[in-house]
Amino acid sequence: MAEIFSRLGYYFQFPFVRYALIVGVLISLCSALIGVPLVLKRFSYIGDGMSHVAFGALAIATVLKFSNNLPFILVVTTIISILLLKSGQKKKIGNDASIALISVGSLAVGYLLINLFSDKANVSGDVCSTLFGATSMLTLNSTDVYISLILSAVVIVVFILMYNRIFSVTFDENYSTATGLKTGIYNLVIAVITSVIIVLAMNLVGSLMISALVIIPALSAMRIFRSFKSVTICSVIVSVVCAVLGILVSILASTPVGSTIVAANLICYIIFFIVGKIKK
Amino acid sequence: MALITCKNLKLGYEGEVVVKDISFEINSGDYLCIIGDNGSGKTTLVKTILGLNKPIEGEVIFGEGLSRTDIGYLSQRTDIQKDFPATVSEIVLSGCLSHMKHRFFYSKEDKRMAMENMEKMGISNLAKTCFANLSGGQQQRTLLARALCSTGKIIFLDEPVSSLDPEATEEMYEIVNDLNKKDNITIVMISHDIRNVEKYASHVLSISDKSSYGTIEEFLEGEKKGVDDNG
Ligand SMILES: Nc1ncnc2c1ncn2[C@@H]1O[C@H](COP(=O)(O)OP(=O)(O)O)[C@@H](O)[C@H]1O
Ligand SMILES: [Mg+2]
Repeated sequence: MAEIFSRLGYYFQFPFVRYALIVGVLISLCSALIGVPLVLKRFSYIGDGMSHVAFGALAIATVLKFSNNLPFILVVTTIISILLLKSGQKKKIGNDASIALISVGSLAVGYLLINLFSDKANVSGDVCSTLFGATSMLTLNSTDVYISLILSAVVIVVFILMYNRIFSVTFDENYSTATGLKTGIYNLVIAVITSVIIVLAMNLVGSLMISALVIIPALSAMRIFRSFKSVTICSVIVSVVCAVLGILVSILASTPVGSTIVAANLICYIIFFIVGKIKK
Repeated sequence: MALITCKNLKLGYEGEVVVKDISFEINSGDYLCIIGDNGSGKTTLVKTILGLNKPIEGEVIFGEGLSRTDIGYLSQRTDIQKDFPATVSEIVLSGCLSHMKHRFFYSKEDKRMAMENMEKMGISNLAKTCFANLSGGQQQRTLLARALCSTGKIIFLDEPVSSLDPEATEEMYEIVNDLNKKDNITIVMISHDIRNVEKYASHVLSISDKSSYGTIEEFLEGEKKGVDDNG
């Protein structure tokens, strides 16, 4: 035990390790917050689609050689997620298909662009790390950390202020509209928060596993808790604990950060599943 | 000026007409029942008045200073997810949102009002229970308590008794009647149950190829005449 702590102490001397932990906690907190309404509104597929769009945007940003990719990816992803949400509200058949088209399309075009224009030697290694978040977590610079800090703080504040309305729009959108709530605005807020979190989380777990980070804590919490508030609080706690454990384990055992966090979430889900069954 | 006036409404989806030539008005204190066959467009009509659907033609006019935030609504059962994690008090409180304007959180007054309405509906002992674990009748009472938090003026109910057992059905009709008579809340109810329509309604809107609107007396007169003509 003491040996583990001394090793952790050694690693935490490096700023990038501390950055990783701070950003990891914030992102897992935010993703769990927004995960609850996304799962309950059956919008999880939008989150999945957006993560691929974020990858496409990252590819374009890489090709254009921006000094910092984050703002560009954020803007592109947010705009597309708003567009997807708007088209989803018309409830035309084929909305699912159009999301699939955009998401797979971004993935393909993104990979193509990186391959064509990248001048680095190890292209597939690069792509792999963006998809699975293998090393990117440890390459965060302080600008990235500040952007993550500020955006997470904004997301948390907005979510808390809008909490009651987000509940109402999630539980019964028709009632909310009929009684004069501007449901369009709250759906927009949810869409924007989602895309911000997805872009931030790309650094943590890579774009393929973001939806796991968003969805699994909410699903775990719903196995045991039966009120909106307790589900929200529980999924935040689950998510943060799994992220911290995942990051520590990945440092000690040199496993990939993203997959370790997701694995921790899966184990947690299984435990909650069993406890939920026993409680009934 | 009536509370709500509907003029020459033609309703439908994607340009396909479901029902047309609907004109009627709802006055303060009315108990209006909307009757008609399954699929005749009753839900569509209510959703149009509530601003959830757009009419193909015609208009819905709100009078007497009525605004959307003065409305309560009990939708058809299918509209709410089965295992949504939410407690009775969370749901009832959310009815207060419609008059919160720019406030973010519920006030003491909001909470007191939610408590009162839960007591009125006889569900205050269930405040911390999950909505999904309630019986059909208790769920309807919860949604009605939410509607009462939204409004003291007018409540729309879309087949509120369709999933209830006979006893709960009678209770529901009594509750709604009390709201109309004692609290002077205007009621607009979609119903299949002609016996209870005759017992409680003040006005009837019948939706079909030839829709009709009138007071309950006019409606009963028409029914009698129809029977006489046929036999
Ligand atoms: N969202 C919708 N899109 C297209 N058609 C619909 C939709 N909702 C209802 N309809 C159609 O409109 C007609 C009237 O439906 P509805 O108003 O629900 O009837 P009622 O409530 O009187 O049983 C039905 O034929 C139904 O199939
Ligand atoms: Mg109906």
